[in-house]
Amino acid sequence: MTPPSSLLSIQVVYYLIGIVVMAIAWMSVRDTSNPKRYTTGLFWFLFGVGFLFGDAMIASLGKPLTYKILGVIVMLLALIAGSNLLGSGQHTAKSNQDKAALAARLKNKLFLPAIAIPLITVALTLGAKNWQIGDYFLLDQKNLTLACLTIACLVSVAYACMITGGTPLAAVQESRRLVDAMGWALILPLMLAMLGGVFVAAKTGQSIQTLVTMMINPDSKLALVVIYCVGMALFTMIMGNAFAAFPVMAAGIALPFLIVQHHANPAPLVAIGMLSGYCGTLMTPMAANFNIIPAALLELKDKYQVIKLQIPTAIAVLLCNITLMYFLV
Amino acid sequence: MDSSLWLALVGIPIIVAGFALRFNPLMVVIAAGLATGLAVGMDIGLLLETFGEKFMNSRQLASIMLILPIIALLEKYGLKEHAQSWVASIRSATTGRILMLYFVLRQFTCSLGLISLGGQAQTVRPLLFPMAEGAAMAKYGELPQALRDKIAAHAAACDNVALFFGEDIFIAFGAVLLMTGFLKENGISDVEPLMIGLWAIPTAICALIIHLLRLSWLDAQIAREVQTHQAGAAA
Repeated sequence: MTPPSSLLSIQVVYYLIGIVVMAIAWMSVRDTSNPKRYTTGLFWFLFGVGFLFGDAMIASLGKPLTYKILGVIVMLLALIAGSNLLGSGQHTAKSNQDKAALAARLKNKLFLPAIAIPLITVALTLGAKNWQIGDYFLLDQKNLTLACLTIACLVSVAYACMITGGTPLAAVQESRRLVDAMGWALILPLMLAMLGGVFVAAKTGQSIQTLVTMMINPDSKLALVVIYCVGMALFTMIMGNAFAAFPVMAAGIALPFLIVQHHANPAPLVAIGMLSGYCGTLMTPMAANFNIIPAALLELKDKYQVIKLQIPTAIAVLLCNITLMYFLV
Repeated sequence: MDSSLWLALVGIPIIVAGFALRFNPLMVVIAAGLATGLAVGMDIGLLLETFGEKFMNSRQLASIMLILPIIALLEKYGLKEHAQSWVASIRSATTGRILMLYFVLRQFTCSLGLISLGGQAQTVRPLLFPMAEGAAMAKYGELPQALRDKIAAHAAACDNVALFFGEDIFIAFGAVLLMTGFLKENGISDVEPLMIGLWAIPTAICALIIHLLRLSWLDAQIAREVQTHQAGAAA
């Protein structure tokens, strides 16, 4: 099966990510100010392998062997990070006065490349979906947003280099300041997606569904609503993703008891159920992309601070959901 | 009850304990994955294969690596400092008001499906946080670390909450399609995506009110914390 041809296919995006990661690996090894420079470089090199060589490995070695090799690589990544072998270089930042002077020269021009990333992404998503050159689609049809984001980044980096006089290589070098500060957090979302896959293979969802239905008193509508909403939140906290929790809780509680037995209105039942799952997403480190990555990105000392701050809102919205569902469905 | 039912759950206590005891999350996740797989009888080869396959299939989650160099370059040339001084020139700007404005805009645009218009790497780190911090700095000077972190966490939370409770209103969003698909599979075919999108609105309004209320207290909290900090420093 060949996917529809496109000039900017998802593979190109992975190669670009791979090139950035490999450049970071190389620069990390060369950075003598980092006491753990070899293991840090190795970590990013191993991470980059799947992006740069993954598809070629599948073509030459076949899927089972490639996946096994990558599985070993994933274990090594965890081992390097877990053994505290990931270090950070001394990034001597320019003094604030220097930066303020530069900022005064460039003024609002500095905002443009940053604002350009989301604006171009959205404009392309809306307008360029069907652009074709000959028989080729310009953008990967299945991964439209990612393809648009990539183009936005390329345009933005070109413009940023133009106004600052920097180079793309200098940009990657500079990004090591952020990458070193974020460390393992950068690859946690991929690891969690992987764990979700293991849970699917082990049928963890079915086990939870059986357990939950065992605890239920099917006559009380209030109890059912509470268990469904709180269950969605809790199970989402475990899986890190409301999409994974939804089929389990909906098939376990919403469908047999609330819809069939209590004749609940399906539309608000599923909508509010899913949003109860989102309350869980706000409260769990398993949703790393939303909760751990920003904490690392903003260089917070406590990596759980974003979660802690979101908990009051999440619980209040969950209570609203329970109330809404009880009266609306 | 079947014991294999319990075995599939073995990863959950490992995750909870591992995160609570603050082991390295990568190790916790691998340990939970290994334990779950082995407990349900997958052999180690197959388990490694599952690890590798899922890792390969979630590579799109690393797209942040394309954004970081741009942000880093702009920051080298003073993006953060400029955002702060720009905000300082707007007299009515306060941390709470900036975050509230962002929240409302973000939730509204997400409800129209314009999800990529914001994001933690795209807007929060380079623009929203420096502005929110800058507004407080314009008033109080250098902020204590704890307060700086609190404003940063608020900026991140603002983006998440607005996104989560906005996007479900948009009918072409993945979650809405997942729900209609689930209902269809189970013999309920008269529910349109539009209905599900509309039923997301009551919760969206609750989230809007709750979170704006919390943000409206933020400026007073910042004033109080600066005062306690100064009192502590003077003593």
